[in-house]
Amino acid sequence: MVDLTRRFDVLVIGGGNAALCAAISARRAGASVLALEGAPKFYRGGNTRHTRNMRCAHDAATEILTGPYTEEEFWKDLLLVTGGQTDEELARFMIHESKDILNWIVEQGVRWQPSLGGTLSLGRTNSFFLGGGRAMLNALYRTAEELGVDVLYNAEVIDLKIEDGMFLSAQLKQPVGGKTEVRASTLVAAAGGFEANIEWLKEYWGEAADNFLIRGTPYNRGAILKMLLAKGVQEIGDPTQCHAVAIDARAPKFDGGIITRHDSVVFGIVVNKHAERFYDEGEDIWPKRYAIWGRLVAAQPDQIAYIIFDSTVVTSFMPTLFPPIAGATIAELAGKLELDAPALEKTITDFNAAVQPGTFDHTILDDCATQGITPAKTHWARKIETPPYLAYPVRPGITFTYLGTRVNKQSRMLMKDGKPSANMFAAGEIMAGNVLGKGYAAGIGMTIGSVFGRVAGREAAKNARN
Amino acid sequence: MHGTRILQEADRLMTVCNSCRYCEGLCAVFPAMEMRRAFSDGDLNYLANLCHACGACYTDCQFSPPHEFNVNVPKTLAVARAESYAAYAWPRAFAGAFARNGLLISLIAALSVAAFIFGFAAINDRGVLTGIHTGPGAFYKLMPHNAMALLFGAALLYAMLALVMGVRAFWRAIGEPVGMKTDAKSLLQAVRDAGELRYLDGGGVGCFNEDDHPTDRRKLYHHFTFYGFMLCFAATCVGTLYHYLLAREAPYAWWDLPVVLGTLGGIGLVVGPIGLLSEKWKRDRVLVDEQQMGMDTAFILMLFLTSVTGLALLLWRESAAMGPLLALHLGVVFALFITMPYGKFVHGVYRFVALVRYARERQMTAE
Repeated sequence: MVDLTRRFDVLVIGGGNAALCAAISARRAGASVLALEGAPKFYRGGNTRHTRNMRCAHDAATEILTGPYTEEEFWKDLLLVTGGQTDEELARFMIHESKDILNWIVEQGVRWQPSLGGTLSLGRTNSFFLGGGRAMLNALYRTAEELGVDVLYNAEVIDLKIEDGMFLSAQLKQPVGGKTEVRASTLVAAAGGFEANIEWLKEYWGEAADNFLIRGTPYNRGAILKMLLAKGVQEIGDPTQCHAVAIDARAPKFDGGIITRHDSVVFGIVVNKHAERFYDEGEDIWPKRYAIWGRLVAAQPDQIAYIIFDSTVVTSFMPTLFPPIAGATIAELAGKLELDAPALEKTITDFNAAVQPGTFDHTILDDCATQGITPAKTHWARKIETPPYLAYPVRPGITFTYLGTRVNKQSRMLMKDGKPSANMFAAGEIMAGNVLGKGYAAGIGMTIGSVFGRVAGREAAKNARN
Repeated sequence: MHGTRILQEADRLMTVCNSCRYCEGLCAVFPAMEMRRAFSDGDLNYLANLCHACGACYTDCQFSPPHEFNVNVPKTLAVARAESYAAYAWPRAFAGAFARNGLLISLIAALSVAAFIFGFAAINDRGVLTGIHTGPGAFYKLMPHNAMALLFGAALLYAMLALVMGVRAFWRAIGEPVGMKTDAKSLLQAVRDAGELRYLDGGGVGCFNEDDHPTDRRKLYHHFTFYGFMLCFAATCVGTLYHYLLAREAPYAWWDLPVVLGTLGGIGLVVGPIGLLSEKWKRDRVLVDEQQMGMDTAFILMLFLTSVTGLALLLWRESAAMGPLLALHLGVVFALFITMPYGKFVHGVYRFVALVRYARERQMTAE
């Protein structure tokens, strides 16, 4: 049993990578630590349970990384994906720290493996967790528990007592035991974003948000973020934005994870519910294209679209969780998708007529393009003409949100007046917007979580002692 | 569609896993799965036998129960594995032996022991069974060596025939890869992988058993059991060679090779099975195929009884207990031999074959 009457040095709210790194580093620095995870034990860890790798800078190849990835290159990649929406000082600090994280995280029990099959493009830059994100989490929890960090599950924080930027206590609500006031000298908020909070998403997306599928657990509701912003913490990141990819429309509402994604867009065409194409399916190579299709589908009527291809390309992409819907003719396929058959036939006929000869190569921006249709398919355009005709229905799958709390290099929250908080720190997705104002680069969420989690824990422990 | 409900479920899981692949680095099952996009009955039985039941993929899986995708690979493959033993049994008529295996093995063991005791009593003059016999050939006062060699040789030959036929059926079902029969490299790789229990380590941390804290205990106890068994088998072989080549008759002195090998093996076969059994009882039920418990326990106990009766015979071979102990030991060993193709023993054979195939597949993709 955890003694909740005592005053802890560090209270960590959250249960994912950032929270655990903070808890472990605070505990290693000698602090007493309580970690409150709002989810039940199985669903602990927020989005971390669905992750699989981390992007860290390194000057030389390692056992699992195929070559160097310098700080400068990392910085350039970050600039590229964010379009400059990043705090350079914080970002460069994080990138520098990421070098050491590569070893530090191993000391916390996490094991690396080379990049997974089908992700060779990440083999140089990203270190993969052996067994995936949940294996990584399990290792961090084991380490935290061995070090003596107290962890509570189903531990929902319903209020924070904050005065003049100083954290005093948290109101904890548990299924058994009811409400308790938890006191601590410092707070580390590592409770993620609000991607599972449909009502909140609706503020920016309207009724369309009802058709969004959430890739992580239903517990990422952003309650802590909301409280902090309401109590004077400075916000960062575009509140209207979220990271969305196209996922199978048959996926569950929550927690479908990575396996519901589709990356077959380049091998066919994408139509909306009126059986019309709406965007260049051949615009860019993976992973850049991956992240745009979620929002493209979100902008379509009823937030639904269909990737349509033919039987010649079935083995060109990774096997999918849900099998493609098949039809011997375009009309039959249209019937199964409940699309207007003549409209789909026309779209495909027009597309096929526009396809120009070329040499297909899906690993580069090849010369297979259309001519005379709008939108064009600028690469990898091939006729869809070999039955059976196949389709995946897709919807926007929301991964994470960008709104967060402003922090400095100590991971210390900044208040609306720009002053650093006396004893409040933030790490992980809840402050990711400082570094990642928009876009995404594979594995960077975990870098933000581990680097700032470690810093936040260390600083909070130091703060508690003073 | 698949032949059985469990293969249907295994197919569903492999489809889930193949679209995720996070467990790729944990063992051989997932890389083997990735070489396929669709799974035949044979493929699934191959994967089921390739699985060493370390449990890591369950603990690491974000989709294991209570998640609605309900991914429980270790348990599903354990059930499929047990069913595959019956499916490939030879002769077909004996496939049913796997159904209530614990009971069957117990009955056969009891009958076998009883047959030896009554046999010794019936064949020999009164007093021989409980008499004191020492010196070379002491055991053969109760049962002539040639009769013993003939009986046990025949039992072993039958077991080997049945196992070979089973493996043949398995091999055909999983689809023999090209060049297999002449490939020494894959065979050697499989010997190494099996000998080290390479895939019973959760990808390096150890085996998950009663909770989410991995340990190396199951691997260790299995090593005790397996190498203990091999040492005992070696002791028997050396004894046979002594008898026929050197004309030296058992019992041998404590320092002699057959006794040293047998004693060391016997100790392994006491420590190993006790350890395996206790790990089995502690094991998280969510990973366990309950139907298989009887079969597993029966085999572990048979190995344990083999070693305990053997060691007892060594200790009391110069007393009046030697006759009954010899009957007991031979009875247990005979039962072990003839039930080998119809119990948990086959797991080692099929898993080894699966490892050979896996080594070959790896080699072919690397080429």
